[in-house]
Amino acid sequence: MKTIPVATTINGDETEFLCHTDESLLDVLRDRLGLTGAKEGCGTGDCGACSVMMNGRLVCSCLVLGVETEGAEIETIEGMAKGDTLHPLQRVFLEEAALQCGICTPGILVAAKALLEKNPDPTDTEVRYWLAGNLCRCTGYDKIIKAVQKAAAEMRAA
Amino acid sequence: MAFDDQVKRRFNVVGTRVTRPDGIDKVTGKAAYGADISAPGMLHGRILRSPHAHARIVSIDTSEAEALAGVKAVVTGADLAMPEDADFADVAINCLARDKALYDGHAVAAVAATSKAIAKQAIRLIKVEYEVLPHVTDVDAAMKPDAPVVQEGRALENVPAGKSQNVTTYCKFGHGDLDAGFAKADKIIERSFKTAATHQGYIEPQACMASLGNDGRGEVWCCTQGQYMVRANCAAVLGVEESQLRITASEIGGGFGGKTSTFIEPVALALSRKSGKPVKIVMTRDEVLKATGPTISSSMDIKIGMTKDGRITAARGELRYSGGAYPNFTVEMGAQAAFAAYDLEAVETIGWNAMTNRPKEIPYRAPGAPTAIYAVESVVDELCQELGLDPLDVRLMNAARKGTLSSYGPTFNEIGLVATLEAAKAHPHYTAPLGPNQGRGLSCGFWFNFGGNTCVSLNINDDGTVGVVEGNPDIGGSRASISMMAAEELGVPYDKVRTVIADTSSLGFNDITDGSRVTFAVGLATIEAARAAIKEMCRRVAKIWDIDEDAVIWEDGAAKPAGPNAGTHPPMTLAEIAAIAGNTGGPIAGHHEVNADGAGVSFGVHLCDTEVDPETGAVKILRYTVFQDAGKAVHPDYVEGQMQGGAVQGIGWALNEEYIYGEDGRLQNPAFLDYRIPVASDLPPIETVILEIPNPGHPYGVRGVGETPIVPPLAAIANAVSRAANVRLTELPMSPPRVLKAITG
Amino acid sequence: MVRVKLWGSLRAFADGEEWVEVEASNFKELLDALVEKHPGLAPQVKRGVSLALDGVIYREAWFTKIGPENEVILMPYMVGG
Repeated sequence: MKTIPVATTINGDETEFLCHTDESLLDVLRDRLGLTGAKEGCGTGDCGACSVMMNGRLVCSCLVLGVETEGAEIETIEGMAKGDTLHPLQRVFLEEAALQCGICTPGILVAAKALLEKNPDPTDTEVRYWLAGNLCRCTGYDKIIKAVQKAAAEMRAA
Repeated sequence: MAFDDQVKRRFNVVGTRVTRPDGIDKVTGKAAYGADISAPGMLHGRILRSPHAHARIVSIDTSEAEALAGVKAVVTGADLAMPEDADFADVAINCLARDKALYDGHAVAAVAATSKAIAKQAIRLIKVEYEVLPHVTDVDAAMKPDAPVVQEGRALENVPAGKSQNVTTYCKFGHGDLDAGFAKADKIIERSFKTAATHQGYIEPQACMASLGNDGRGEVWCCTQGQYMVRANCAAVLGVEESQLRITASEIGGGFGGKTSTFIEPVALALSRKSGKPVKIVMTRDEVLKATGPTISSSMDIKIGMTKDGRITAARGELRYSGGAYPNFTVEMGAQAAFAAYDLEAVETIGWNAMTNRPKEIPYRAPGAPTAIYAVESVVDELCQELGLDPLDVRLMNAARKGTLSSYGPTFNEIGLVATLEAAKAHPHYTAPLGPNQGRGLSCGFWFNFGGNTCVSLNINDDGTVGVVEGNPDIGGSRASISMMAAEELGVPYDKVRTVIADTSSLGFNDITDGSRVTFAVGLATIEAARAAIKEMCRRVAKIWDIDEDAVIWEDGAAKPAGPNAGTHPPMTLAEIAAIAGNTGGPIAGHHEVNADGAGVSFGVHLCDTEVDPETGAVKILRYTVFQDAGKAVHPDYVEGQMQGGAVQGIGWALNEEYIYGEDGRLQNPAFLDYRIPVASDLPPIETVILEIPNPGHPYGVRGVGETPIVPPLAAIANAVSRAANVRLTELPMSPPRVLKAITG
Repeated sequence: MVRVKLWGSLRAFADGEEWVEVEASNFKELLDALVEKHPGLAPQVKRGVSLALDGVIYREAWFTKIGPENEVILMPYMVGG
């Protein structure tokens, strides 16, 4: 099978890669570009561990083909901190112990950031429904919801 | 083991909520998990699995797969050694089947190829001729004398004659005169229960990268709860020496017991040995659900007698567990744990394990206990309903306490059950008002907790910082807790200590991360290692001051003269001592090796409010509170996290999660879409109340906390549902169709 | 002499006795003496047993001291998750 050249922007950097037509964006990120922050928990769009932003929209990168990202803007967990300054969500997740094993954390952070960009002042229920596509098996979600709300409050005050 | 005379109760670092040392890597995507590393020249491995629940493997033809361009190796069971030890042999035939495929998803052959796509294509070219055999997936059916036999000749000597060969384990525990006890009861309730197998559901599928030369030297990178366990299994299954295998545990994306066994590492090593290249295998979710450890499925009968004022007079339980296609002992723990919360004059628990054509059971958080205690706590609750008694008062009246002869044999020492029940009774949750179709349930839970084999090495660095080397994968923040205990003992700030997890060649043997043992046992060994380093630092300072070693004490991170007779030397800090270590005798370190005991049993009580939708049978959890004795909460955030996470796994077990097998013996729901674990929108906040009743077996009073929280939710929710909808369900999960059927009759 | 309590399903291999009395000063001696007195217990002892000593569970510690004043209970070897 031949590979196809694709030109995208990833975390603000112009990025070109070659991929097969049946290769997922997740595989491209992980296997071709070395961006292993997005995780594969299921490969069927059920767990959200591979969440990334594509043209401002939250997607499961396991359900997007690499070739679909021609000309697209992709944001991954690797682009969330600015230099050595963590995004408030990242910092508050640490402060509030909103992770245990951490495998779902990149996806949840990307998803939570997307939520707060759309809705800076969500209710707990809104946070819970927004994050319903991101499975976490360790925490029971309690500290995750609290951390998202604390970060949201900080971001509103900033 | 000699323990401290008095458990320490005043702390500087322990009990605070510090940031975990692996945190930044985990919020920025840098942390390297099982599937996150690659090697030059690496091949991709993929496993062919049986589509049949039970089949004889007549032949395997790999020639077409081998001929495919890009395929570098194909292996079958014949490429692995067959260890003499039965446990290792089970690992070997579970990694790659020999003469029979024992369940849908059983690994049969594997390939390594230059790309994932070629590997996927290649396994389709392997031709396996199967002779399909009758199968059995239900535990009660498997126990019948005429049931299809999963494996022959596996029953233990203690199984009575006349049972199916599938019955491998029999056990019986208890004391007292049951007949006399039941005769004293005003009310006796006897119920039968069934629970579905559930999966640990870690979000990170098993993954490894392995390299093995034909000289027998190998390296493995993998996500596991125990790198030393992986080493032992790989060495046995490949016939190589342990010293030649170096196993490095990656960051681990959840385990809950599910990563206490080995599925792919020996296969990757065998492929690497044959191809001469490193081989990476990453399981798909489908493979994880079909072929890695679910917990047991169960069928249980419980009979309890009670006087009209609420005293339990006798209790009997019979548990039938299936641990899948291999012999299994989980029922022994279930049978011991079933009635552990009660002070009983007469009690008997009988346990059976029967093999079925299901994947090999792998421990899941408090293995064996949740199902047994679900059944017991359901019957206790029903008795309370029938007799019009307060379920919390009844549990308090019958609660096991110091001096109680436990249902599993020993007499209890100080245990925290009564205090935990009293905390629940005093909590506003217990008396909060409820609306229509709402009900409140409660349940006790219990787990044994373990210590186990542990090595810790603690190095005093020349700049006054401290390095701790331990050998247990950090599954929920344990590196933070270990660093905290080292800092506490040494009297240095937390951020001066860094804890790392060693590979198998860098530190002596450690048991797996299981049994809620790490904070307890590794913590204990860390404290002892710190004390050894302190002793050495005091010895060095005594030399400098030219006084007796005994005249130097350690306080607030510095050596000081013990009293006026020892002189007026100003204190020497750890950093000052470290800086001149070369002058005073060389590097300073402490280490400790122990098989720790004295972990101390753990009790929890959960309160749960549910609302049942009478139209759909859907159960909504409205409020949930967890009460648990932690001995000493080293890092309260992560103790709460264990309590919350365990509770939610139990909620999933109670309401949604189940292995569904079709008539054909195939798993019907091997995906997160229909093997449905709880999501954020299913749940309310999980409130937590930590009690701290010190464990005398640990210098800081620490008790394991990780497993107990999964035990109570099953019954707490069943009891809440029964009060909300006025129906008693006796089968898990209480999925909407099942609840609706119970309501509509 | 030490009195050790066997769990229910072990008693069939010890002439139906609940309590067995043996000469032993530690866990190892106790297991050896038990197997000598009741050879039918050997397979279970080989598979692994735990020992509860005055309520504290020990999994493997051979040299744990025991005496006539202790409550000694045999339990199956256990694993966790």
